[in-house]
Amino acid sequence: MTQPKTIIEKIWENHIVHQEPGKPDLLYIDLHLIHEVTSPQAFEGLRMKGRKVRRPELTFATMDHNVPTKQRHIIKDEVSKKQMHTLKENCEEFGVPLADIDHPDQGIVHVIGPELGLTQPGKTIVCGDSHTSTHGAFGALAFGIGTSEVEHVLSTQTLGQAAPKTLEVKVNGKLGTGVTAKDLILAIIAKHGVRFGTGYVIEYTGEAVRNLSMEERMTVCNMSIEAGARAGLISPDDTTIEYLRGRRHVPDGEAFDEAADKWRALATDEGASYDATVEIDANEVEPQVTWGTNPSMCIPVSSNVPDPASQEKDYEQDAVQRALDYMGLKANQPIDSVKIDYVFIGSCTNSRLSDLKKAADVIQGRKVDDKVTALVVPGSRTVKEQAEAEGLDVIFKTAGFEWREAGCSMCLAMNDDIVPPGERCASTSNRNFEGRQGNGARTHLVSPEMAAAAALEGHFVDVRKITNTTVNR
Amino acid sequence: MEPIRVHSGLVYPLNRSNVDTDQIIPKQFLKRIERQGFGQFLFYNWRFDEEGEKRDSFTMNDEKYNDASILIAGDNFGCGSSREHAPWAILDYGFKVIIAPSFADIFYNNCVKNGILPVKLTEDETQAIIKKAEQQKLHLTVDLEKQLVVDEDEFNFSFDISDYHKQMLLNGWDEIAVTLTNEEKITAYEERQQIIG
Ligand code: SF4
Repeated sequence: MTQPKTIIEKIWENHIVHQEPGKPDLLYIDLHLIHEVTSPQAFEGLRMKGRKVRRPELTFATMDHNVPTKQRHIIKDEVSKKQMHTLKENCEEFGVPLADIDHPDQGIVHVIGPELGLTQPGKTIVCGDSHTSTHGAFGALAFGIGTSEVEHVLSTQTLGQAAPKTLEVKVNGKLGTGVTAKDLILAIIAKHGVRFGTGYVIEYTGEAVRNLSMEERMTVCNMSIEAGARAGLISPDDTTIEYLRGRRHVPDGEAFDEAADKWRALATDEGASYDATVEIDANEVEPQVTWGTNPSMCIPVSSNVPDPASQEKDYEQDAVQRALDYMGLKANQPIDSVKIDYVFIGSCTNSRLSDLKKAADVIQGRKVDDKVTALVVPGSRTVKEQAEAEGLDVIFKTAGFEWREAGCSMCLAMNDDIVPPGERCASTSNRNFEGRQGNGARTHLVSPEMAAAAALEGHFVDVRKITNTTVNR
Repeated sequence: MEPIRVHSGLVYPLNRSNVDTDQIIPKQFLKRIERQGFGQFLFYNWRFDEEGEKRDSFTMNDEKYNDASILIAGDNFGCGSSREHAPWAILDYGFKVIIAPSFADIFYNNCVKNGILPVKLTEDETQAIIKKAEQQKLHLTVDLEKQLVVDEDEFNFSFDISDYHKQMLLNGWDEIAVTLTNEEKITAYEERQQIIG
């Protein structure tokens, strides 16, 4: 009998183009996603050396980081405009398909890949963006790369990679009502830190993971990089296959059934072993709120901000104190007493249709606190249209939310969607680094439901205390 | 890419862990389409206040570190975004070597591809160097060939680096050119997998 293998090993072995002792393996890349910020220097590199894009049809580009979300065509910033224009020119010159700002498929690169069915189990997927790990939800090996690597993939459709170690993150039990995939991944990072995944590819397993929808799985895999892991994935199952059925780039008819059989066979074999395993009990996870300046600085909404004095080493005390100072918080302050100024529902972590529906359930028939500026930025134009077809835009607007066009927006504030210095934002994005949402801005990461609840109350609150949240849409 | 073999230089100590790429180069500077000229924006929000004035509280602004070419920091250096603008900024500012107990994976790769030598020392070794560099002007010699970090009197630390990364840095390879020597293998793979052109 052959040795049982993890899905990570299976995908790896299927993609080895060349192997040589003492060198990284040369892997074939099945899908290369491109956006405007990390690609210009790569295309420029090709031009300087007279190189071509080897497989333009395995490459797909969109515009997301810089795009305006208020009025599509008013780009005040000349440098942003030039960057988008450069992408368009590069795609034309090298024959790469592009969903530009006017294209109906435009959206955040990690939202549209799955939506269009480009993302499929067993593929190797790269993008010059660290949240490429999102696509791992489908049982793909997907990871972020730098611009030099973008150039390498454009030119050769391969990438040299040292075989990663494998890490199983096993989630036992069930998530409680009102506790989301976002809370789960935040709780995992809070427990194990921002670098427990460094050098590993994570596979998420266990009952609670099996019970997640595809969109919830994307939320979990998305934040693998916040644990230090370049990639995080989930073995494909019926949930995966049903999500893919009928999508544009997925085969149909008999070819679909054949593909589905192959996808199922990729799942980790019974008895396969990992280089490391950590476990977490889903039953114990509560709604989470980050208090500090990295995603592991995170606590349940029912608890208090930590005290630097409780840290062992002096540089750890300094780190907590610096985070508290930046965030304008006091040691031991209850997190649900913290007032907010902004709410952002969006980003590649939480801007899909189900995220918007769950937030809409919380706010339906209620009003945003008058001191709070709240916005919803759908992850793609398709999500936006679907949400509008279901009337979600009306629910949001009636409650006092702004309803925007698709893009990265306030997740990283490269366009005009910026949190002002010293202001505080409840955000469904993935990074609470200093200045992430604007110079001096204070970010608290939460689920869409918790963001919606905070918008209503003007401060953090356990969404489970707000009635109506269990209404099923 | 410039080869690097032995580098001697002044140390700038940044005693912080989890220095993320958003701090190394804030997003407002990612809109440029060139590789050059990012050094002026390195650690921008730490170095400058809202009016663009230097913050005295940030030690990198201290003149005594002006010529520093070795950056030393706490663990998990370069976490966060994959932006290669981070190593571009570090290199453009004048740093050739970064020392830390650990690095984020993508950042580490990005350094090697740009001819910056990332050196992993232990937590204790790193702290010892940081403490000394905070008290006095400290010069270190980093020898990639021998995999050693030494100063005049006290330190003599060895470090690990994969042979491949070492060769890349020593030789300043163009990795794409190296891969293209395997062109036939790529084509053979595509034929095997029926990736139709
Ligand atoms: S939404 Fe945020 S994290 Fe996701 S790709 Fe855009 S900027 Fe990056």
